[in-house]
Amino acid sequence: MIPSAFDYVAPETLDDAVRALADAGDDAKIIAGGQSLTPVLRLRMNDPSVVIDLGRIPALRGVRDDGDALVIGAMTTHHDILHEPLVREHALLIAEATATIADPQIRHRGTFGGSLAHADPAGDLLASALALGAEMTIAGPNGRRQVAAAEFFEDLFTTSLQPDEILVDIRVPKHSGWTAHYEKFNRTAQAWSIVAVAAAVRVDGGAIAEARVALTNMASVPVRARGVEEALVGRAADAATIRDAAERAAEGTSPAVDGNADADFRSHLARVLTSRAVTAAAGV
Amino acid sequence: MTAVAEPASSPAGEFGRSRARKEDAHLITGRSRWTGNLTLPGMLHMAVLRSPLAHARITGIDVSEAKSMPGVVAVYTGADLAEEQGDLPSAWPITPDMKKPPAPALAVDTVNFAGDAVAVVLARSDYEAHDALEGIDVDYEDLPVVLDLESAAAEGSELVHPDLGTNVSATWKLDSGEAGSGGDVEQAIAEAESSPDGIVVRRTLRQQRLVPAFMEPRAVVVDPNAQQATMWSSTQIPHILKLMLAMTLGIPEHKLRVIAPDVGGGFGGKLQVTPEEVLTLLTARRLGKPVKYAESRSESMQAAHHGRAQLQKLTLAAKRDGTVTGMKVELLADMGAYMRLLSPGIPVLGAFMFNGIYKIPAYHFSCSPVFTSKVPTDAYRGAGRPEATFGIERMMSELAAELGIDPLEIREKNWITHEEFPFNTVSGLTYDTGNYEAATARARELFGYDALRREQAERRERKDPVQLGIGVSTFTEMCGLAPSRVLGSLDYGAGGWEHAQVRMLPTGKVEVVTGISPHGQGHVTGFSQVVADRLGVPFDDVEIIHGDTQSAPKGLDTYGSRSLTVGGVAVAHAVATVIAKARPIAAHMMECAEDDLEFTEGRFQVRGTEKAVGITDVALAVFAAHDMPEGVEPSLDSDVTYDPENFSFPHGTHLCAVEVDTETGRVELRSYVAVDDVGRVVNPMLVEGQVHGGLAQGIAQALFEEAVYDESGTLLSGSFAEYLIPTAADLPSFTTDRTETPATSNTLGVKGVGEAGTIASTPAVVNAVLDAVRQFGVRDIDMPCTPMRVWKAIQEGAR
Amino acid sequence: MRITVDVDGTRYSDEVEPRMLLVHYLRDQLGKVGTVSGCDTSNCGACTVHLDGRSVKSCSVLAVQADGHEVTTVEGLAQDGTLHPVQEAFHECHALQCGYCTPGMIMQSIDLLEENPDPDEQQVREGLEGNLCRCTGYQNIVKAVQSAAGTMREGSAPQAGGAR
Repeated sequence: MIPSAFDYVAPETLDDAVRALADAGDDAKIIAGGQSLTPVLRLRMNDPSVVIDLGRIPALRGVRDDGDALVIGAMTTHHDILHEPLVREHALLIAEATATIADPQIRHRGTFGGSLAHADPAGDLLASALALGAEMTIAGPNGRRQVAAAEFFEDLFTTSLQPDEILVDIRVPKHSGWTAHYEKFNRTAQAWSIVAVAAAVRVDGGAIAEARVALTNMASVPVRARGVEEALVGRAADAATIRDAAERAAEGTSPAVDGNADADFRSHLARVLTSRAVTAAAGV
Repeated sequence: MTAVAEPASSPAGEFGRSRARKEDAHLITGRSRWTGNLTLPGMLHMAVLRSPLAHARITGIDVSEAKSMPGVVAVYTGADLAEEQGDLPSAWPITPDMKKPPAPALAVDTVNFAGDAVAVVLARSDYEAHDALEGIDVDYEDLPVVLDLESAAAEGSELVHPDLGTNVSATWKLDSGEAGSGGDVEQAIAEAESSPDGIVVRRTLRQQRLVPAFMEPRAVVVDPNAQQATMWSSTQIPHILKLMLAMTLGIPEHKLRVIAPDVGGGFGGKLQVTPEEVLTLLTARRLGKPVKYAESRSESMQAAHHGRAQLQKLTLAAKRDGTVTGMKVELLADMGAYMRLLSPGIPVLGAFMFNGIYKIPAYHFSCSPVFTSKVPTDAYRGAGRPEATFGIERMMSELAAELGIDPLEIREKNWITHEEFPFNTVSGLTYDTGNYEAATARARELFGYDALRREQAERRERKDPVQLGIGVSTFTEMCGLAPSRVLGSLDYGAGGWEHAQVRMLPTGKVEVVTGISPHGQGHVTGFSQVVADRLGVPFDDVEIIHGDTQSAPKGLDTYGSRSLTVGGVAVAHAVATVIAKARPIAAHMMECAEDDLEFTEGRFQVRGTEKAVGITDVALAVFAAHDMPEGVEPSLDSDVTYDPENFSFPHGTHLCAVEVDTETGRVELRSYVAVDDVGRVVNPMLVEGQVHGGLAQGIAQALFEEAVYDESGTLLSGSFAEYLIPTAADLPSFTTDRTETPATSNTLGVKGVGEAGTIASTPAVVNAVLDAVRQFGVRDIDMPCTPMRVWKAIQEGAR
Repeated sequence: MRITVDVDGTRYSDEVEPRMLLVHYLRDQLGKVGTVSGCDTSNCGACTVHLDGRSVKSCSVLAVQADGHEVTTVEGLAQDGTLHPVQEAFHECHALQCGYCTPGMIMQSIDLLEENPDPDEQQVREGLEGNLCRCTGYQNIVKAVQSAAGTMREGSAPQAGGAR
């Protein structure tokens, strides 16, 4: 299949990109790695008048250490993230989730920011960003603003990014010394997550000192499993604690129904996978 | 592991030799010749506008905007082509009163499935042709959509084709009592039901819809400008295609040439005469310019024919000792919206295989092809035989479970023993040879059956969340789609012969022409080995010519595991003819009697002497023709059409271990052993490759793949994002091995292997899944056995 | 829009529509038909090429995005008639049947071996999860990749520190 015709702009600075976006009006589409957008264009599910490519803006790529946080450029590829020791050290959950995304070719092109901005509820990075309390830096005609992950994801394929705004980078508070696991459940290696669970814990002296758990594809946006977190923190890091805590995994979710899973099965999976994710994260 | 039995000795040692393929060189370097690679001067590109609706009346089409778009040369609708497009062929009228709707290439009044072609654009480029599709405006009036197979067959259903008055096209029956091949099944069932010593097992099993999903989407190019119109097509059947196009479009057969260049897989999916081929040919002829059509994957999913899609109502009668006394099969087969080339015949092929490898005294089979508002179905790897094997092998395992008998033991109790061949089956076939005991014993040993059973018991005992299941399946299949007289008795539209020519060139090289049309199997390599073996020439001195109706003018192409069993045997016969023609000339050259000559390893040797001439020497002498024996023509060429006397019957035993995560319903394949008996083996590496690929497809049916429609008739699994073909990461390494019981129905002793793996693996996997969860009260799970289905079955069973 | 792309060692400068996919640029404009397209959802991987030395699906890259970059296709692998060890291994191990997935499968296998010169079976299987094959059941592909890995390790052993 072949995309509809569009104009193409490849600005070399962020300012130029913001300007190009303003000039282009509502019909513009930003292309990051293009791994979600290109198929959409090919199937003509979207026909933008202008495509603005962020691929030629070096400042949007890379991971830097910013004291108590990592700052991940929106255009950093999944592959780069997997090969960045800083991420493994301070945001292990993101590395674990990134490793499960699609396949090597797609990880070479696809970007961290692109995945978050696309906001596919089955996307694997959203829950980790939410769990770790990531903050999005967004640039627009009126300057920059920060949005917390919890406010960033608004609905299916919908974020708080305005049509004239660009995601610049993602600030991830360091979770050094935490252990993490992303438990993904899909039907084949290529298939999207039916449900997945992102879990990060800090175990101190055999007890769970802190816990962050978030769910993929249990609602139109990623969901923080606060009930699970509450039931974990301050308790012994053992099988019984985890099993009991995981029972609360589906609280507050509104899972979709499709051919792979109905709401019952998704809720059940959320509990089972939460138990497994936390068990793996805590090394129990 | 792959332990290979020592091949029976052959003169040049080519049989049983794993030669790397001649076909590979251009494929691994990107110098391939796919139809889609072809560009001709002035060539136009065709794009097809397809119906988004499953059933609707076309009340108006406005193409004016499309016609004015850049690069657009022409736009045609069904009305424009109605006169000349004829009716797409359906070559298998299974009963004299079979109902069949008209099947235009381009819809004229109504569209009957989402994807039905409505209009075509011809433009200078592919991009422009696709752009112009958006400039066509079609008005539709919705008609009732018929989706569920069982409801479609019921009285009072909405109709796909109201003119036919029913969705049920025909009913085809085979009854062993009436045919005299066995007893009365109703009596067997009644006896089993009434006797304390009897048992009747009833199940309704579902074969889901599948997409053949060859990797190369279909493409076709037509050059109408030569003396003959030339069509390049990504097809399995260049010869049949040429004939069918000539017959349905009224183009003189000799004015048409069809070429199948490199073809990227078929699996039955390219055993078709497609609307797109007809439309490319018609538009190219109208415009007097070459035209190319290359489908996208999405188009392929929603318009190329699908496979399987049956509902099987099965009744098995037996004694409580496990002896089967009767099998009754009532099938509904989903045809989709039209009958394509072989559509209604596919379930009929299954009629002969529901008795499997067993001695079943009484048998009844009936099947009804039923229309629905979906993509037409037709051949998909195995075509009727996987469905039948699934039915009998699931039922044998169900019977074993109900009686508490080991599933291997119940099979042994009922199978035909190796001393009983040739064996006339209850469905009317004669199995020439087989050795089910040997294949099963070998499979059992490689699998570690007893150890796995012990582990299974331990896991059950300790209520492990991950339960082990062991699945058993045997199979046999009828390969070759031959002989012609049998096909005739089934009202099939063609014969089952195959054609071969062997030409000895003056330098001793050999050109072989075959009517087989390969698309990945490795026939060039395998046939070269057959020729090298029989003619005693080097493997590299043989060229195989195929897939072009001009250079390989006669043939019935590739499907039904017929290539080696029919086409390869034809080649061997053509080689024998060459040797026979060379013999008097060799005798003349050496001034001896023909009877004194022995032909071995490419040489005619005078018995008991060192005196000899090579066949290549004879070839040169024949070319010169200076000194031929009286009345002998100077030619070593041969031309053979071979019609086999029987099908061939490969068989095998497959064992599969799965781990079922009872908490999530996920099924993981832990080990898979396939021991197949495909008769004599020419190239073990190619045979293994066929088995591996077949296993992957059969496993995919059991666990992953399904063409799903929504309630409006839209195909939800319309791309590879939703239609889940397993990746390398989803499959284990298979353990394959063979036993070798030569076929007696052909001179090479070969059977067929193309479909074998696909046939046995689906029931083996499903039987394994059920073996794991039967303890929870589960007796069946629809395919594919998705995590949700398995988990729900456990929940419901355990209730 | 004008783009300049190095493909298999040759520099091309062409006018293309922004919407043109890299795979179509390679096939239709440059005649590099060795790279094929098998789907429209970036699942099958048949179109895999290397972009600046990394495997990508050329159906999911716009030609304009390749402007100023280097592309290697299956046609650029064999040097002076000598096959790449992965090509050789695919032939020897019967890792292809119809051959349609083969260009992409070979290109991804090479990338995989650059990333991990000594993969175990599971790593090969996971490294190829973006490439669909309908013929082989993958078994001989996995075998070929591991066989090529052996050949390439032997071949590169004398050069210390070359591995990425």
